[in-house]
Amino acid sequence: MSALLALFRRELSLAWGRGGGPLFACAFYVGLATLMPLATSPAPQALSAVAPGVAFAALALSSLLSLERLFERDFDDGALDLLALGPASLEAVCAVKCLAQWLTTGAPLAVLAPVVAVALGAEPRLMALTFASALAAGVGFSFVGGLGAALALGARRGGVLVAVIVLPLFVPPVIFGAGALDALASGLDWRGGMLLLLAYCLGAAALSPFAMAAGVRNAIG
Amino acid sequence: MVIARLAIEGLAVARGGRRLFEGFCLAIEAGQAVALTGANGAGKTSLLRAVAGLLRPEVGTVRFEGPAGPVEAEDARAAGLHLLGHQDGLKATRTAREELAFWTAWTGGDGAGRAVEVLELGPLLDLDVRRLSAGQRRRLALARLVASPRPLWLLDEPLAPLDAARRTLFGELMAAHLAGGGLILAAVHDPLPVAARQVGIGAEA
Repeated sequence: MSALLALFRRELSLAWGRGGGPLFACAFYVGLATLMPLATSPAPQALSAVAPGVAFAALALSSLLSLERLFERDFDDGALDLLALGPASLEAVCAVKCLAQWLTTGAPLAVLAPVVAVALGAEPRLMALTFASALAAGVGFSFVGGLGAALALGARRGGVLVAVIVLPLFVPPVIFGAGALDALASGLDWRGGMLLLLAYCLGAAALSPFAMAAGVRNAIG
Repeated sequence: MVIARLAIEGLAVARGGRRLFEGFCLAIEAGQAVALTGANGAGKTSLLRAVAGLLRPEVGTVRFEGPAGPVEAEDARAAGLHLLGHQDGLKATRTAREELAFWTAWTGGDGAGRAVEVLELGPLLDLDVRRLSAGQRRRLALARLVASPRPLWLLDEPLAPLDAARRTLFGELMAAHLAGGGLILAAVHDPLPVAARQVGIGAEA
């Protein structure tokens, strides 16, 4: 257990260390959100109608950015061999890495999500649910994304491959999350969408470590 | 975790569709060192990785035995061996101190202080790993072996980047490890600085 804790701390320090990974994801998120009104229409009525959905789609894209490096750095420098040999199962190693990814990328993006949504014209009363659903969706993005990162491990141009593998799997959380926000905006019951989102993310967190570990084993073997 | 004997029986390993070696047998008892020699590409690294369980052999078995009989391979690998490969697993952007602390914790040891002393790492601890020379990095990687004692050392070209004085020092470390009942399986081109049985691998063996 203490070994996994040490691994968790190492992952956090690697993410926040030089390179400022989370900040790039946040800057990318803000940049994407800024492009939307420029590409469509800056008219507030038109924009506010799509604001929650756009904020959510941009969130999914921003979550992709640092996925490539989730296993690749450890794969390239041989650390993944030693992690696979360690006291904890590879499944636990993968889960810890995804948790750290969620905390360092998903959480900052979730903090930013309500701001982005409101800046795009969403009503301020949506802010709390935007934050909650973005935080929950972040779990799904991290764990499903980790699955893509593990499968793309060792492939050339792995970053593009990760995006191609993972984007279709990002569809359900985007639908559920943006759907819940839309429902709340139009005064309907939002809990159904939120519960489906939570179910998807918990399912991803429970199942994907096994697939990730298999992918990693395949890559290092 | 105590490993008293490592037995490799009838091992065959293939990489990229090509069989590197087959029918490889080797037994190492506590206190013994084996120097594995062979041409480039003969499969020395693959053999070490197969023993460590990172690579699945085509046929053959790797068995670990404790003083009281066979040990589960999974347990032996998780707690009984150190693998020191070409790549040291050290992160360029972290300090030597952070990396040593992490790998010591990961391997369940508590002797980081002693490792720093033995391997003369004191002046390097606050440097980023990327500022270290190849030899200094190797010493930092070796520190893990000292910091958390485990019986079986799998070493891949351990001496290559080390200077003459450090080779002698590492020889003393290996001798002490063997004297304490350790086992060493090392892939080498240069002779090991301890008494070791030579075993060839590959076509010419």
